[in-house]
Amino acid sequence: MKKFVQIERVGQTFDTKKGKFVALRDIDLTIRQGEFIALIGHSGCGKSTLLNLIAGLTRPTTGVLLLEDREIAGPGPERAVVFQNHSLLPWLTCFENVFLAVERVFGEKEGKAKLKERTAAAINLVGLDHASAKYPNEISGGMKQRVGIARALSMQPKVLLMDEPFGALDALTRAKLQDELMRICEATKATTVMVTHDVDEAVLLSDRIVMMTNGPAATIGEIIDVNLPRPRDRLTLAHDPAYIGYRAAVLEFLYEKQAHVEKMAA
Amino acid sequence: MSALTMNVEFGAKIPVDRGIQDMAVVEAAAPPAKEKKMEKTLTVPAEAGTPFTERLAGFGRAVLPPLLGMVILLGIWYVATMKGGSIPGPVQTWDAATALFADPFYRNGPNDQGIGWNILSSLQRVGIGFGFAALVGIPLGFILGRSAFLSAMINPIISLLRPVSPLAWLPIGLLVFQRADPAATYTIFICSIWPMIMNTAQGVQRVPQDYLNVARVLALSEWKVVTKILLPAVLPYILTGIRLSIGTAWLVIVAAEMLTGGVGIGFWVWDEWNNLKVEHIIIAIFVIGIVGLVLEQSLILLAKKLTKESS
Repeated sequence: MKKFVQIERVGQTFDTKKGKFVALRDIDLTIRQGEFIALIGHSGCGKSTLLNLIAGLTRPTTGVLLLEDREIAGPGPERAVVFQNHSLLPWLTCFENVFLAVERVFGEKEGKAKLKERTAAAINLVGLDHASAKYPNEISGGMKQRVGIARALSMQPKVLLMDEPFGALDALTRAKLQDELMRICEATKATTVMVTHDVDEAVLLSDRIVMMTNGPAATIGEIIDVNLPRPRDRLTLAHDPAYIGYRAAVLEFLYEKQAHVEKMAA
Repeated sequence: MSALTMNVEFGAKIPVDRGIQDMAVVEAAAPPAKEKKMEKTLTVPAEAGTPFTERLAGFGRAVLPPLLGMVILLGIWYVATMKGGSIPGPVQTWDAATALFADPFYRNGPNDQGIGWNILSSLQRVGIGFGFAALVGIPLGFILGRSAFLSAMINPIISLLRPVSPLAWLPIGLLVFQRADPAATYTIFICSIWPMIMNTAQGVQRVPQDYLNVARVLALSEWKVVTKILLPAVLPYILTGIRLSIGTAWLVIVAAEMLTGGVGIGFWVWDEWNNLKVEHIIIAIFVIGIVGLVLEQSLILLAKKLTKESS
């Protein structure tokens, strides 16, 4: 398959008061078009740093990131981000929040009616027609996150980047949104990179799970190909030996191989 | 050296923090009022007998303490002036007030005008000086908030000038404008501008990084960033700046007018002192207090309305 996103020898160093802090080193990863990638690892392993690099919000200290053979030089709507804390603008309604993105991406080519149609379609995709005119502080956390996803998808990005999008939600809402996300990704064929610390989420959603070693100077430890047929159903998979095997492999990496990073580094 | 910079920094932070505290108080004060309203509407359709007494009790709880305070104040004033002396008692003052407010808008030449004219011309000066301060101070605050370099460049100057009493600027104003009236307006401008600059700048600096990240990912134009993200996010801070400014402006105008003369409530106080009409001075104190209260409350109301619409 065609290379879509290429991450080559990427390292990230931050200047702190205590001197240089190496967050990431030697990251090599190629993402194919339409692929769903989960980045998993213990907290502080630089998952979000890597996501921010793909988003262009930060620039790598070493190495290069490419999207369709062009260098990622800064943030842009072709790489939409769903932020961990939804980041909706509280003074705009859900509709207006999504519209702001739609207008930015399609405003030059399309009329207002078409832009509104796109906005409504994106909100419909996440099942929030009824909350369209509400302000973010009038809806639940799960609904806010769905608006955030709608905003990202409405831009028809080449890559959808999600930074622990369901981390702040309760388990039931999270499961519901995971199912919705699977449905949406299948319908839109979106190339997605999702940061998570939830093993089940990673196995259920991903085509590949990228497991990161512990920081500082974190890098990619192992990559697991998840060969489960789609559409996936969480209830059937619960008893599927393959699913259980993948899950065990991720757990083993996280809790055995990466449990004591100091010893490994020494 | 370090003590000086400490002072400067300390001085610079005070108005902003006070502003934010005020804001918090305003916001905290809002919900109980709402609850009370809801309680009322809930209890009214219940039984016929209890709601009325309950409502009466609620009304009593709200009105009785301030009323009692007023009565005690008047009582102390009455007792203190009972034996006569130079300070008139409440009764005399009330009589003088009714005479005064019977015809607030008369004009007998430039130095003898009704109290209404005096209040209005003071308000006009405050309005103009304050308006100019907003026109200059809010954009300047935005610029300082956006640029670390300019902020580092201009903050020491602001910290140096801010603690100076606006009245110290009055002679400069008289010198530049050659007339008393614009000089008084100019002192209002000077005293109003600092809280507006500092609160706006602080507001811009405190715009959550998340919102700015959204702007970066969407690659919004600078215009959209300002109108859709910065302005709404900074609006509460601007309103705090405005509220602090108008409070100070109203304090300063009285003193400035005492010095410059002309028509105005401050000048009127001084004029009545020269005429030895002490009851008029006491009336002026009440009037100045009431006008200041109305200004402050209406701005709080405005702030509530605007922030409710925008959040």
